[in-house]
Amino acid sequence: MSAGVAPIIETHDLSKHYTMGAETVRALQGVDLVIARNEYVAIMGPSGSGKSTLMNLIGCLDSPTSGEYVLNGKRVAGMDDDELARVRNQEIGFVFQTFNLLPRSTALENVELPLVYGGAGKRERRERAVLALEHVGLGDRTHHRPNELSGGQRQRVAIARALVTRPSIILADEPTGNLDSRTSEEIMGLFARLHAEGQTIIMVTHEADIAAHAARVVTLKDGCIETDRRQASVPPRTAHPEERPAALAALPEG
Amino acid sequence: MRSREALRMAFEAIRAHKLRGFFTVLGTVVGVMFLIAVITLIEGMNRYVEKEFKGAIFGVNTVTLRRMPSMDMDAGSAQYREWSRRRRITFEDTDWLDARLETPGTVALAATNTGKVRGPRGREADNVWVTGASASYFQVREMEMESGRPFSSQEDRLGIPVVVIGKDVAEALFEGRDPLGQVVYVRGFPYRVIGVLEKQGSLFGMSMDNQAIAPIRSDLEGFVTNNRRGTVDEMTFKVPHERYIPTAKAELEALMRVRHGLRPEQPNDFELETADESLGFWARIRTILLLALPALVGISLVVGAIVIMNIMLVSVSERTREIGIRKSLGARRGDILLQFLFESSALSGVGALLGIGLGVALAWVVQAATPLPASVAPWSVALAVGLGVGVGVAAGVYPAYRASRLDPIVALRAE
Repeated sequence: MSAGVAPIIETHDLSKHYTMGAETVRALQGVDLVIARNEYVAIMGPSGSGKSTLMNLIGCLDSPTSGEYVLNGKRVAGMDDDELARVRNQEIGFVFQTFNLLPRSTALENVELPLVYGGAGKRERRERAVLALEHVGLGDRTHHRPNELSGGQRQRVAIARALVTRPSIILADEPTGNLDSRTSEEIMGLFARLHAEGQTIIMVTHEADIAAHAARVVTLKDGCIETDRRQASVPPRTAHPEERPAALAALPEG
Repeated sequence: MRSREALRMAFEAIRAHKLRGFFTVLGTVVGVMFLIAVITLIEGMNRYVEKEFKGAIFGVNTVTLRRMPSMDMDAGSAQYREWSRRRRITFEDTDWLDARLETPGTVALAATNTGKVRGPRGREADNVWVTGASASYFQVREMEMESGRPFSSQEDRLGIPVVVIGKDVAEALFEGRDPLGQVVYVRGFPYRVIGVLEKQGSLFGMSMDNQAIAPIRSDLEGFVTNNRRGTVDEMTFKVPHERYIPTAKAELEALMRVRHGLRPEQPNDFELETADESLGFWARIRTILLLALPALVGISLVVGAIVIMNIMLVSVSERTREIGIRKSLGARRGDILLQFLFESSALSGVGALLGIGLGVALAWVVQAATPLPASVAPWSVALAVGLGVGVGVAAGVYPAYRASRLDPIVALRAE
């Protein structure tokens, strides 16, 4: 994006090596990636390309072997487990392919969970979780458990959970991988709206038509960035309020 | 994350697997149940010994002079022969002592034998404790009358054949009719019933109401003293307050040594018993029981802890994905550790509560089915809860540590 905007993610020469027996697997080899605030980036690549590793590093689930990673002004490389947990809690909202909701907890309890670990009070948690669920159109499903919800609804609960801490980035790993095409479009519509509201979204996918929703597609191969291009298939979105009704209209009922 | 959240999560997890949770903590339940049941019975016994037994056998605030100890479970035959050679305590001895004792108090005499008491129409009461006593005996032993009166010191001195009988004797001989004024026969001697004792209850299943008390100088003297007239089994000296007991004991000892002409190097040829000293054997038994108990309970708690640890390890591996989710949402190692630690200790704590309930119930059953009394000691309940939670913590540490160390990436991929 335009120069002068402080990047939300900046990696420099980011590498990750795994030792498997005597062999060293170079999953990621010197990745330089800059993502600005309110970008909508798709990361693509075949399996083994290192996209999962990159996502784990960006998501602070893992530490790089070498290189620099600055997330929202914080140098993440070299942080210990608890510091990484804190960064995950405050800066990152995960959306997973398999939703990863706690099955015994209600939608509301699931959405509250990041706030529990963030140390928010009971009332604040409840209010913010309800708002987040309303935001994804599930205001009337707060007390349903995951098995009482459809796949699309579950993913929207997961998105509400990702949003509830107001993170710097939404990190989505194959968010439509377990959904049919119509529901996938719903979720993509929701992402488009969030993006329009100013949310930075990074999405890992191997489906080209899903990646097509993003404004920028980064392709990995053999642990390196192969291509990094902006695309016009989706009009670049900004956080102008007048665009919101259009984004809301993309949402299904419920 | 605050502990309250961890506790809430722990109870949620327990609720989700109630049956499994129950089997998990069965060891704790059983261990705590026996702990509570046994302590409850020991304490019940203790209270019983302190409150009832002491008063019934020895009287309150008394020093008893005897030829041989009333209770010694482990005396050898040589010891017994030594006791048997001792001089008997005579009326002259007790009069002499009574005249010289300076400690305030009352002297009562008693000699006891067991035998039949016959009533009208051939009715009999068997194995009756027949006591020949002085009139002061009732006051010294704090025996109250249900009806009638105790005998007086005149009746005692003159050897008037009157008798005070216990409830069981009254029931056996008169079956609900008023025994007062009736004649009963003790060893063939006619005695007029002048009083019925208040219900005394039982002592280790032995009824204290199956007794009869008559003046020692009356016709049954030969029977209760085994034909050694003029002697008594025991002389009980009751002082007005506990604080006089040491003085009374010292004075009695000094006087008796003078009376028997003992030289300084000679040991006492008599016994002086106070309730507390005589019940020393009970205190020893109680200490041994209370010390042996933790070892027994400990075994079942250790087994219980191993089971809890295993189930918690299973639970951690089953919930690997949940742990991954929680970690991805920002749970720190400490949060996960606390969650599982709270889960195992809450589980075990609930097991302990269950065990307390069952233990108290078991003690009640034992109390109802046997003469053993029960008394729930508050400290044992606290101990049980503490042990239960402690077992949970000990059993949960390793599984919780394993859970907290899980790599979130690996955990998220788990099925």
